[in-house]
Amino acid sequence: MLPLAAIARTPEGFLEHVEDWDRELALVLAAESGLPELTDRHWLVVDYMRTTYLTKGDAPTIRTLGKESGVSIKELYLLFPKGPAKLAAKIAGIPKPHGCI
Amino acid sequence: MRHLLILGAGTAGTVMANRLARRYKTALRAGDMRITLVDQDPVHLYQPGLLFIPFGDYTREQVERTRVAQINDDVRYVQSPIERLNPVTDTVTLANGDRLSYDLCIIATGTRIAPEETEGMTGPGWQEKVFDFYTLDGAQKLAKALADFQGGTLAINVVEMPIKCPVAPLEFAFLADAFFTKRGIRDRVRLVYATPLDGAFTKPASSKSLGFLLQEKGIELETEFNTGRVDGEAGELVSWDERTIAFDLLVTIPTHKGADFLAAVPGLTNAMGFVHTDPRTLQAKLKPNLFVIGDATDVPASKAGSVVHFQSEVLEENVRRFLAGETLEPGFDGHANCFIETGHDKALLIDFNYETEPLPGHFPFAWGPLPLLKESRLNHLGKLAFRHIYWNALLPGYDFPGVPPQMKRVGKIYPAEVART
Repeated sequence: MLPLAAIARTPEGFLEHVEDWDRELALVLAAESGLPELTDRHWLVVDYMRTTYLTKGDAPTIRTLGKESGVSIKELYLLFPKGPAKLAAKIAGIPKPHGCI
Repeated sequence: MRHLLILGAGTAGTVMANRLARRYKTALRAGDMRITLVDQDPVHLYQPGLLFIPFGDYTREQVERTRVAQINDDVRYVQSPIERLNPVTDTVTLANGDRLSYDLCIIATGTRIAPEETEGMTGPGWQEKVFDFYTLDGAQKLAKALADFQGGTLAINVVEMPIKCPVAPLEFAFLADAFFTKRGIRDRVRLVYATPLDGAFTKPASSKSLGFLLQEKGIELETEFNTGRVDGEAGELVSWDERTIAFDLLVTIPTHKGADFLAAVPGLTNAMGFVHTDPRTLQAKLKPNLFVIGDATDVPASKAGSVVHFQSEVLEENVRRFLAGETLEPGFDGHANCFIETGHDKALLIDFNYETEPLPGHFPFAWGPLPLLKESRLNHLGKLAFRHIYWNALLPGYDFPGVPPQMKRVGKIYPAEVART
């Protein structure tokens, strides 16, 4: 894993390059965002986000996550407080979800 | 004979039908081409007018006209709900039993609100204490509730993005402030604006200006509020992370969805029923002879009439290129242009695209006459004049002199860091 300071990130802390990501870095990004540990449920969401982004080119919305990831919207907010889609995207090393115009 | 089929006769479908009817007038009259436009109901609604109905400023008569009267005579108009789109056989089945084959199909079925998607929203209290203003029925019922409102908390909430006309909820908040001030009861009304965004609006510069306006008007801003459920009877709006806003009256902007028959086509739309669309050419990603315009697309542009206008010039050219077997023009840049009513006969104007956020300056020329991102009376007059422009120039599909489809850089004041690059 590269030191966090050596990784290119947006002003909001999202990775500039998805390929810079690995699971160790995810833990560092999570800690920085106030999540001291990632449980299996967290990983389920993070992996789903990353796989969807890498295969479809777009991060899933909260609605899609709630329907297809196996984690309910309610639980998503417990796992990733405030903005699950945004926070999970950051930890998964993918760009900030757009479509919010 | 070639058949161009347009689904939906709202703003986008009507503009496209009229533009294409003018372009292919000769072919249409010679019987070499046919244009069919389908919609499920006979009334064309001037949707920007819905904002003014709750405050008693517009009546139903001012926002409704028949669809047929807006459509070029060389277009065949069919009134029927649409049952099914089959992109494999290039056919559309209507509820009236007709099956239409097409060479090229333009999807312009827009978006509708789906309040039933939020737990409790359409339960007890719906249209008594909980209202929408994105439908004529909702806006009219809200007008009565607002006229009767004697004080308490009026909450305005956006359930989730994307929504039609993303500035409308803010305008509603500003107009509500002016409305209660005029009625002399503003001191008895608490206005709360709850949004899933992290600021008043999506882009930094305008978010700051609009956030400042909210503050100036004494409207509380609750950000990153993702609505989980509504209890109309108890008067409670609850977020997924268990924050509660108590209200006496809730004006909600519910979840928006695309047409159901589109969502039923495998691979055509996203989870909300918005069609996967190339953001520059407006071609559907599923099949080359499908094009999409207006609120029905999933492109990251505003769902607004001005966007339709700018898209229509690009799409007309791409329909021509597709029929001629030429490469499509990646001409749409996400351009949007919106007046934002701020109350007391003033309005703000914003002009932006995929890359450029709304910036201060002047529009449409370097000297003006309209100021950008700044309250002015002239912008308010512009907004009112827009109703006439809508029926007489936008729907017929005419180009506006001085306002090309692509956003102009001239007149805008760029922040230093943008100007340097």
